Amino acid sequence: MVAISERVRGEPIRLVLALVEREIRDTLRDWRMVVPIVILTLFFPALMSFVADMALDWVARYGAPIVGERMIPFLLMVVGFFPISFSLVIALETFVGEKERRSLEPLLSTPLTDAQLYLGKTLAAMIPPLLAAYLGIAVYLIGLYFIKGWTPSLTLITLMVVLTTVEGLVMVSGAVVVSSQTTSVRAANLLASFIIIPMALLVQVEALIMFWADYGVLWWIVLFLLVVDVILIRMGIHLFNREALLGREIDELNLAFVWRTFRKHLGWGDWFSEPAVQETPIGLHWLKVAGGLYGRDIPIILSRSRLAIGVVVIGLVFSALVGFFLAERYPLPPQVLQLDQVSEETFTDLPSMDWFPSFSPWGVLKQNVRSLLAAALLAVFSFGTLAITLLMAPLAIIFFFVTQVAHLGYNPLLFFAAFVLPHGLLELPAATIATALAVRMGAAFMSPAQGMTVGEGWLRAVADFAKVFVVLIVPLLALAAVIEIYVTPVVVIWAFGG
Amino acid sequence: MIELSDLTKRFDDFTAVDRVTLSVAPGEILALLGPNGAGKTTTVRMLAAILPPTAGQAFVAGYSVTEHSREVRRRVGLLTEHPGLYLRMRGGEYLDFFGRLLSLDADERERRARELLARFGMSEAWDKRLGTYSKGMRQKMALIRAMLHDPTVLLLDEPTSAMDPHSAKLVRDAILGLRHHRRSIVICTHNLAEAESLADRIAIIRRGKIIASGTSAELKTQLLGPSLMELRLDRPPDGVVKLISDLVEIEEQGQNWVRYSAADFQETNPRLLQLLATHGVGVVTLGETPRSLEDVYLQVVEGE
Repeated sequence: MVAISERVRGEPIRLVLALVEREIRDTLRDWRMVVPIVILTLFFPALMSFVADMALDWVARYGAPIVGERMIPFLLMVVGFFPISFSLVIALETFVGEKERRSLEPLLSTPLTDAQLYLGKTLAAMIPPLLAAYLGIAVYLIGLYFIKGWTPSLTLITLMVVLTTVEGLVMVSGAVVVSSQTTSVRAANLLASFIIIPMALLVQVEALIMFWADYGVLWWIVLFLLVVDVILIRMGIHLFNREALLGREIDELNLAFVWRTFRKHLGWGDWFSEPAVQETPIGLHWLKVAGGLYGRDIPIILSRSRLAIGVVVIGLVFSALVGFFLAERYPLPPQVLQLDQVSEETFTDLPSMDWFPSFSPWGVLKQNVRSLLAAALLAVFSFGTLAITLLMAPLAIIFFFVTQVAHLGYNPLLFFAAFVLPHGLLELPAATIATALAVRMGAAFMSPAQGMTVGEGWLRAVADFAKVFVVLIVPLLALAAVIEIYVTPVVVIWAFGG
Repeated sequence: MIELSDLTKRFDDFTAVDRVTLSVAPGEILALLGPNGAGKTTTVRMLAAILPPTAGQAFVAGYSVTEHSREVRRRVGLLTEHPGLYLRMRGGEYLDFFGRLLSLDADERERRARELLARFGMSEAWDKRLGTYSKGMRQKMALIRAMLHDPTVLLLDEPTSAMDPHSAKLVRDAILGLRHHRRSIVICTHNLAEAESLADRIAIIRRGKIIASGTSAELKTQLLGPSLMELRLDRPPDGVVKLISDLVEIEEQGQNWVRYSAADFQETNPRLLQLLATHGVGVVTLGETPRSLEDVYLQVVEGE
């Protein structure tokens, strides 16, 4: 056998670079990719320099020079963003394009590891558009310097370069995930709208911020995008699967398989057919079934969800801190919170506020169930993050008021114990568990359960959510709602009422 | 060099490869035959450590395909069902790229690439874009890619498909040359004549299972019964049949021919010819009845 320089130092990077070099060369040989990149890199930024100059003069004539001043940095962002939009096109066809051209199998038969393949493909999709974006920014700035003598601050340049880079990385890492999970370039292009639409919205938000000229806020967007990058890259590496890439030819929605898998994980049929249940007199079957559910199934699911529960608890602690700091920063005037004037009417008048549920156990239960179900739905589309955010918001508000109460001279612990604890003892754990299970439904796409496909892992998470929600969360919320209506007001009036 | 033990691959509810057990020694060529969708390509993909088996074990070049998949991929040359070339690349560039992925030194990459291109009559293809290659050239280029690092194990899926007879012969000669260098080779093919001429052993796979295996001769005997001799005469065989029936077992007869079987043709045939000559019967030809691998294949596949 030919001497293979095995395990030579730096081999992993050399393999990645070989892949990156080939992919970039391939991209640059396609005139359909090169021509738009050149136009967006050279002509468009040069044109933007002239546009900025003309706009500046024009708005100055009408006494609105501020519009022109804000437009220059805004266009800086635009000339950076346009070329990186090409990274999406390149990244979308990385894996699925090779699969369609039948060139993927030879590549998979080389000693490249999954991580090397993923990294090489991602870098190859990123580098040409990103270089084009940097060049575009440079052309724009040079043009403005010569035409207008305008130079940006180092902070603004750094911000624009970093923002452009993380935006490119979000699009590429998202597109690589799509590319590795689809069976045709056409399907990948269709699914790309899940990347294009949020990015388009984000650019609009960025544009508003740029005209508002509070550039510091953009660093928060950079931070947010970095978190999204980490999530997408992790998801890409976890979901990368040679078998799925090679084996899957058609993406058929197999409802029978979906239902079968869901039922299997729900354990529906097993509950009644278990020998322990069968041996019990018919009238007492429900007792054994309940014993199995609460004594075995639910603890197993909760144990499986302990990481998600931990994440939610951390989120809740963080939201409490946010509530505390907001209260420190924005203290309320004393007349807003006059706890010694709390009476029975304080509670019964609450539904007069449009957004508040009717002050009855059923109204509170309905509101809580609806919120947690909405959180679960949002979790599916946000890798679980929005579910946590939805739960964090009320807790931040609670701790905002706990801190305010302390500032106003009341006992914060007594406030918490009277207003929150009676029903919160049941409601908070129920909401935490429901949110954690919702987080699992979202996170299943990022990190599929071991030995399961993404679909199966997700269906198990949905089954776990459904089972726990029906047999544990709803009863707990119902009990909490009764306490909230009949016990909490009594406790509050006893503690604070005049 | 290749050892498979109860190798199984399932995709959801579908079993593509079902407890396949076989081995290929160094310097041996195994032909894997079977209808489309029989599990040949999946088997090869598992041997190339691209797909992980669901159950069972496979050792290739001494490494487990599940535990040391990367080491296996270093030592295997895979010719895929479709050439799968990067059409915008030039020949030399393409081989250099794969040479780099296989960690070959720069000099070695170029030397091997030029040597193999020359062996397959494609020296002039070095600077040409792969998109301009003919079908046969693309197939040869894919084969060269598989042989670039001189692998100890070669897995070849339809190695001569789309090739003209001259190119196909070049490829067959190359494969036989590799056998002399003690490489283990697995060929998946529908070309039965090629399988018969190249392979030391043949395995027929259907619905993921090996349903017959052995040398070509063993398979023929096993599935078509013992071989027959065909005797062509200068006259109708009626009288002759009576004459030779003490020596051999008559199986069939026609207008001027007879087919017979015997325990040992080495001993029987000279005696038979002597007997016929003694009785003045003219013998036009005497030879073994032709039986092709196709007969065996059809018998096995249709019989299942």
